[in-house]
Amino acid sequence: MSAPAESWRGVATEDTEELSAGAGVFLWARSRRLLRDLLRPHRRTLWLLLLTLLVQNVAWLAGPLLVGIGIDVAVPALVERSDAWPLVWVAGAMVAAALVDTALRYVFLTRSGRMGQAVLLALRRRVFTHVQRLPLSFHEKYTSGKTVSRLTSDVEALAELLDEGLDSLVTALFSVLTIGVVLMVLDPGLGAVALLGFPALFVVARWFQRHSTAAYRRTRETIAALIVQFTETFGGIRAVQAFRREPRNDELYAALNEDNRRAHHRAFWLIAVFIPAVTLIGNVVTVAVLGIGAWRVIGGGLAVGTLVSFLLYLRRFFDPLQDVAMFYNAYQSATAALEKLSGVLEERPTVPEPSDPVPLPRARGELVLDGVSFGYTDRTVLPELRLTVPAGQTVALVGATGAGKSTLARLVARFYDPVSGEVRLDGVPLHRLSDADLRRAVVMVTQESFLFSGTIADNIAFGRPEATREEVEAAARAIGAHGFIAALPEGYDTDVHRRGGRLSAGQRQLVSFARAFLADPAVLVLDEATSSLDVPSERLVQRALHTLLADRTALIIAHRLSTVEVADRVLVMESGRIVEDGTPADLVGGTGRFAGLHRAWADSLV
Amino acid sequence: MDDATPATAPRGKLSALARLWPFARPYRGLVTLTFGAALLATLAQLALPLVTAAVVDGPIAEGDRSGLLPLLGLALLFGVAEAALFFVRRWAMNRSCLQLERDLRDTLYQRLQRLPVGFHDRWGSGQLLSRATTDMSTIRRFVGFAAVFLVVNLVTCVVVLVLLLATYWPLGVAVAATTVPLTLLGMRWERRYNTESRRVQDQQGELTTDVEEAVQGIRVVKSLGRSGLVFDRYDAKATRLRSLELDKVRTLALLWCLFELHPQLTLAMILVGGSLAVSSGALTVGGLVAFIALFTVLLWPILSLGFLFAFAQETASACDRVGELLDAPLTVTDRPGATPAVVGTPARLRFEGVRFAYPGAAEPVLDGVDLDLRPGETVALVGATGSGKTTLTALVPRLYDVTGGRVTLDGTDVRDLPLAQLRSVVATAFEDATLFSMSVRENLALGRPDAGDDEVAEALRVAQAQFVHELPWGLDTRIGEQGLSLSGGQRQRLALARAVLGRPSVLVLDDPLSALDVHTEALVERALREVLAETTALVVAHRASTVLLADRVALLAGGRITAVGTHSELLAGVPAYRDLLAQDSELTEVTR
Ligand SMILES: Nc1ncnc2c1ncn2[C@@H]1O[C@H](COP(=O)(O)OP(=O)(O)OP(=O)(O)O)[C@@H](O)[C@H]1O
Ligand SMILES: Nc1ncnc2c1ncn2[C@@H]1O[C@H](COP(=O)(O)OP(=O)(O)OP(=O)(O)O)[C@@H](O)[C@H]1O
Ligand SMILES: [Mg+2]
Repeated sequence: MSAPAESWRGVATEDTEELSAGAGVFLWARSRRLLRDLLRPHRRTLWLLLLTLLVQNVAWLAGPLLVGIGIDVAVPALVERSDAWPLVWVAGAMVAAALVDTALRYVFLTRSGRMGQAVLLALRRRVFTHVQRLPLSFHEKYTSGKTVSRLTSDVEALAELLDEGLDSLVTALFSVLTIGVVLMVLDPGLGAVALLGFPALFVVARWFQRHSTAAYRRTRETIAALIVQFTETFGGIRAVQAFRREPRNDELYAALNEDNRRAHHRAFWLIAVFIPAVTLIGNVVTVAVLGIGAWRVIGGGLAVGTLVSFLLYLRRFFDPLQDVAMFYNAYQSATAALEKLSGVLEERPTVPEPSDPVPLPRARGELVLDGVSFGYTDRTVLPELRLTVPAGQTVALVGATGAGKSTLARLVARFYDPVSGEVRLDGVPLHRLSDADLRRAVVMVTQESFLFSGTIADNIAFGRPEATREEVEAAARAIGAHGFIAALPEGYDTDVHRRGGRLSAGQRQLVSFARAFLADPAVLVLDEATSSLDVPSERLVQRALHTLLADRTALIIAHRLSTVEVADRVLVMESGRIVEDGTPADLVGGTGRFAGLHRAWADSLV
Repeated sequence: MDDATPATAPRGKLSALARLWPFARPYRGLVTLTFGAALLATLAQLALPLVTAAVVDGPIAEGDRSGLLPLLGLALLFGVAEAALFFVRRWAMNRSCLQLERDLRDTLYQRLQRLPVGFHDRWGSGQLLSRATTDMSTIRRFVGFAAVFLVVNLVTCVVVLVLLLATYWPLGVAVAATTVPLTLLGMRWERRYNTESRRVQDQQGELTTDVEEAVQGIRVVKSLGRSGLVFDRYDAKATRLRSLELDKVRTLALLWCLFELHPQLTLAMILVGGSLAVSSGALTVGGLVAFIALFTVLLWPILSLGFLFAFAQETASACDRVGELLDAPLTVTDRPGATPAVVGTPARLRFEGVRFAYPGAAEPVLDGVDLDLRPGETVALVGATGSGKTTLTALVPRLYDVTGGRVTLDGTDVRDLPLAQLRSVVATAFEDATLFSMSVRENLALGRPDAGDDEVAEALRVAQAQFVHELPWGLDTRIGEQGLSLSGGQRQRLALARAVLGRPSVLVLDDPLSALDVHTEALVERALREVLAETTALVVAHRASTVLLADRVALLAGGRITAVGTHSELLAGVPAYRDLLAQDSELTEVTR
């Protein structure tokens, strides 16, 4: 069983259109396991809720019984003996039952609501944390839109089940059970007739389950596709508008939207058959009870009052069955969502934290890449790379675009683990370091300077959350960002908007630079961190680097060779290999590629 | 209220539901069918108690078994009819509500795509997304489920009330009177519920924004090891969402209880009143049984009204939220009667006293920019970080509209040109290279789907992006988020290729070579020169090497063009320019 289970593991089945029966069962079981897991901490609450409901149902069911007594006992007493007391008692009991019923219902609704919300919160936390732990390779493959849809629309599908489903299921099942018992007690013969409906109900429910699982699975996929298209469009809205992509996007989105409609239509069609079938069964049974009951009343075997209350109960017996059917529907939809969620949860973090990390409280910053090979796909980007960077050295990495510079930087920051070989910091392989130690020691400023919505101060403090405002400002000052920040209307408290859109590209780079500066790591990796800066700003950054890097290891990727000149050592990369290695002066003076690059650059300065 | 501010106070009116009408109109046939079937089904439901009463008063009272069969046949007929009508109702409802949801979502997406960039700057993407998904499905569920029941149950209540009045009017009047306190109290709590659902919905949007940022910024989060911090933020919002949800739960519980208590108390009242009436001879026992049986038909409709009204409130606030987006003004649109004007290739691009301030900003970014690009000329735009270069370039394809002055193409104000024409003659390479999840070819031909293979090849050559031929499926390789990831320089070159494809009349390049190594840069520059010779181009530049592509250089400072001339003129005559560009070599001394 392990081989197929492996191929269904995690999110692997998501793009499979037709699932084999085995895979379907596997996924279904997996999602139920997750649901059980989520409910486990609330076992006590569940029991309490059941108890509340039990009592509440008794109170609620007392109504018809009391009406029956009223008609059979109190009315004759009043009419024949002018005795009002039985009526007063019955009416009083009805009011009391109503009050008890209502009070308990309130308790039930609020308690079950609280439990449902607790489950959702737990699920949100769990999926969010897990997604954060998953490696970049997962995110690159899975896309942000899909992850977002898992964390939003799928979680909400479960919310629907919890706020409407659980309530109606429990209430309904209880009503059905208790009323079933009452019916049997009231009149076993008629009760048996009522129960005859069950085999038919069972058949219908099986049919529904078989078809709806696939139908709901499909709806989760189509809605995710919509979300992916949506986030992508509005993430790149400038390009969309400037290149008049709107009409084509309209078409694409409309097609996805139509897919989504069809998927839902299929699922809803199944309910459209299922629920009326339940009603039909209920009605047929009721008519049968009426007929047989009336027959017996005429024969004198049954009191009119009993028949009337029996029929009243019967109504309350079948109405909730529709609720059960509705619950079943919500359950199927939530199961489909949980299936996707449990898939994400099952993805293993392939760049995991070690269980017994080697402590490294104060890294010196010696980096060794020992026979490191890496490729994103089958194609190897870095073949067998060997490199030693002594602590405190500033290394510049230059080379043609696509040579693998960023890839090397990402390995040093352990965004990925090498396919073979090891990256070591102070002699410790990176995969043996705890995340906290590693991130304290190694910080990378990435090519795209992503800012979070929030204030500038928050964004800089992202580098070291415990930093005071003074430290934040000092970091900004050190790299020359203070000037522009202070000029903003609300200074450090200016909201940068989504992805930092409120700032210019250069300003964003300065902020993300300040962020890394504040983090103050032993090893700093800069991947084209100054590419959008003007020369004076870049110069300020370099001055800051010069002081900052004095006792730190740094790996600087840059195209502007001015940046390279702060380096102690230059590496020239080509197709994943280091083809030149030396001090800037040596290389400039030599005849190699770097000399050529430098000449070209010096010429470009004019 | 500012049109683009996400946080809006809840209006809390059920009238917001009226917005749905235009979307429901095309399906009014189906909607009518839905309502018709639902009403008939309810009537069929009523038949059963009536038949029961007839059985009690007829065959049972008279001991007549033969009279039983026709009545049972009738009951069965109604029972089957009810189920059949249920099916019809659900079928028709599914069709109409799903189509309505689809149309509404399409409309929303189309509208959002056409809202100006300034709008998108200010709205968290999560807010948009949660409106297009969560709110939409709330609306769908309301239309497809609650709306019908709301109407049907209200109608049922009225019909049954009439029947009750007909059966025995004094008791009927008493039942009617009990609805007054129910309505008053109910309305109060409904209003509260509306406010609470709006808060929940807004918070869901916030949470979605957080999720999106945490996922899209995963590299930053990982590289700084801040998953803890990001989680804490998310957790704070999720926890707040929970407490808002719990407020809602409590109000809903109150409502629910109110509507659950009411019919039970009323039933007790009916029993007392009815018994008295029977004892005084005003009502038969059969009449009382029928009265009670009729009233029990109301139990569920009344009970559900509390919940259904709450749902209606929730939907009203969802409609408000969607409406806020649909109502956001399309500030960048074709002027009425805008007709295509003649724009030559190359065209003359002029900025005349251009002013621009971002919405809400006190100080303008551009404060009287005058710049004239002659046809075929290439002008480099140089300025400090944050001086407004990108802003100026965005005014040409009208991603933003000027707030003063004008931008003209061959003498025509860009605002007088149809947007489609304007954006087809102006091509831009943005500073962040946005690629979409589609094939390389589609990405390149984004603005010109009709581009031929030779044009694509030519654009790739100019941008030195021949690397695409080595991708697994060449030009058909899917790239972007859902496809193959590329390196920064590779992406930038594709964005450049996209802009130069098809030789636009005006080319706007925003720092187009920043991610390229010196070698590639030189190659691109050489190839780009040929293109620049034939089009009017505005090139934002930070490096001297890029400036050299241009015929003239304009220096942007303090929101104005403070100097225009050739590179060497400015270098010699303008100290500010020298500061910006010529200090690369001085730096070498500083850092040595
Ligand atoms: N996430 C990824 N998945 C798959 N392939 C990738 C990914 N990132 C980069 N590549 C590929 O790996 C190769 C090396 O890319 P890398 O980003 O390391 O280059 P680089 O030297 O940093 O280039 P640049 O200077 O343009 O940033 C390129 O061919 C690129 O297409
Ligand atoms: N959406 C926005 N809302 C408000 N202010 C903005 C917005 N976008 C940019 N700004 C501000 O307008 C100014 C000009 O920004 P712009 O992006 O045009 O600068 P730039 O000259 O292109 O800079 P860079 O060289 O860094 O790219 C900046 O000070 C920036 O903070
Ligand atoms: Mg810019």
